[in-house]
Amino acid sequence: MERLIRVGQVSFVCLVFCFIYLPIVSLIAFSFNSNRFPSLPWTGFSLHWYNEVFADPSIIDAFVLSILIAVSVSVTATLLGFLGAYMDYRWRFTGKNALLAIIILPPTIPLIVLGLAMLNFLKQVGLAASPLGIFVSHSILCIPFALAVIRMRLADMPPELEQAAWNLGCGQTRTIFKVVVPHCLPAIIAALLITTALSFDEFMIAWFVSGVDVTLPVRILTLLQGQVSASINAIGSIVFAISLILISSALAIIVWSRK
Amino acid sequence: MRRLNAFFATITVPPILWQVIFFLVPLIFLVVMTFWSVQNYRLKPDFTFTNWQKVLAAGYFYDIYLRTFLYAAAATVITSIVAFPVSLFLGLNAGPRFRIVAIFLLICPFFTSYLVRTYSWQVIISDNGIINTMLGAVGIGQVAMLNTFVGTMIGYATFFLPLVILLQFASIAAIDRDLIQAAHNLRCGRLRTIFAVVVPSAKVGLTVGAAFAFILAFGDFVAPSLLGGGRSPTLSILIIDTVKSASDWPRASVVAMAMIVTMMGVIFAALTFAYRKPGETH
Repeated sequence: MERLIRVGQVSFVCLVFCFIYLPIVSLIAFSFNSNRFPSLPWTGFSLHWYNEVFADPSIIDAFVLSILIAVSVSVTATLLGFLGAYMDYRWRFTGKNALLAIIILPPTIPLIVLGLAMLNFLKQVGLAASPLGIFVSHSILCIPFALAVIRMRLADMPPELEQAAWNLGCGQTRTIFKVVVPHCLPAIIAALLITTALSFDEFMIAWFVSGVDVTLPVRILTLLQGQVSASINAIGSIVFAISLILISSALAIIVWSRK
Repeated sequence: MRRLNAFFATITVPPILWQVIFFLVPLIFLVVMTFWSVQNYRLKPDFTFTNWQKVLAAGYFYDIYLRTFLYAAAATVITSIVAFPVSLFLGLNAGPRFRIVAIFLLICPFFTSYLVRTYSWQVIISDNGIINTMLGAVGIGQVAMLNTFVGTMIGYATFFLPLVILLQFASIAAIDRDLIQAAHNLRCGRLRTIFAVVVPSAKVGLTVGAAFAFILAFGDFVAPSLLGGGRSPTLSILIIDTVKSASDWPRASVVAMAMIVTMMGVIFAALTFAYRKPGETH
């Protein structure tokens, strides 16, 4: 009886994981299928769809723009996230929680509302339909994630570390660069990776605020709204591989640095 | 002191200023926008309640609102129930190595290609997709899933399950094992232990998980439009249509406000419920 329950539990857990990963596995499998329509039976291995993707300038342009935005967003968000995390770690002052709330609130707002708000706002300040608008919108969304990751790492930093540096005559700013940043380095790298992945993958806000130059996920969305093409499987697999590498490296760094 | 102030300002001002200008101001401006008017497809600064009146007087708005609410509620119940046995297993029975792998497998999908995974589901559940091919092979006819309620729910479930499992798991893993052992010693059966000990102790995680599922489903555009077919619109589809086809941003902003207010209500209710001490009435 005990055994039976255990087997039942394990199979249910596996079933749920299969459900979560089925679309990803199917996507990768069909990206190598030679058939034009992604359906069974499997008609043979082919790299045709990947060749088609790399031959499409609109996809390559979108890909390059996505990378450019993701990298600039990650640097900005990690820098500002670090400052926010350090503020929370170092000081107590009236109104700090309210200010902190403003910084970390964006991910709780539905992307569609955020997209609309950003579109309204960017239009007024003349940044609508420009990659700069996507950059700004993504940065506010990514800062809270960077802040959280770095704040977690700061919580493990003994306060004596900074005090020792000050006593030895190291200035405040220098202490940041010589003590705090080195201690937080794993978290900073993880934050860079996570925010890159977030921005690289975000399509809702980008769809709202972009103009002619679109990011890769927005390009995928327009492809999806058009006719079925097996090349979507290939783009999807590439996008998935990139996100997976970014996120798994970030997780590996976080886990490794906590040991 | 002066130097400390300069240092303090250098650290605190940039992140706060950035989020105030690029997040808080746009949100406030969204409220302002609901009072603007549109003339000949051009936005005009104004102070009119027409947008609110038009939206709130439209019968279809309530239909769509109700549908969105029910969809989100259904998604919340389904994901919470499916997630619970998994979280239970991970929190109480799984070995440390299995746990680490499982957590890794749950965090990854959260950051990866939501849109692409939706597309993949479109292919899988379409009329000649994998599932229907297999159903056909065992003699069951085609079951329409794409562009139906089932499709929408499958979409929601794949996207929210990992997050809901993680939140539930965090709460369950923190339960004092002695409590469960005590229930066992008192000859409390397995199921009864779960409902009398585990569920109340993990209330915070279960509620927060459910609240997240609701909020994500309530604001989601992709599952109802790409897997649900878009013919039974939700609030997010209404917003997109109002912006993209009608170019009526003020009216879309009103719908967005309805969304925000609902979600704040849900968050507030969930937090009140989650942190209420047993025995307290309000």
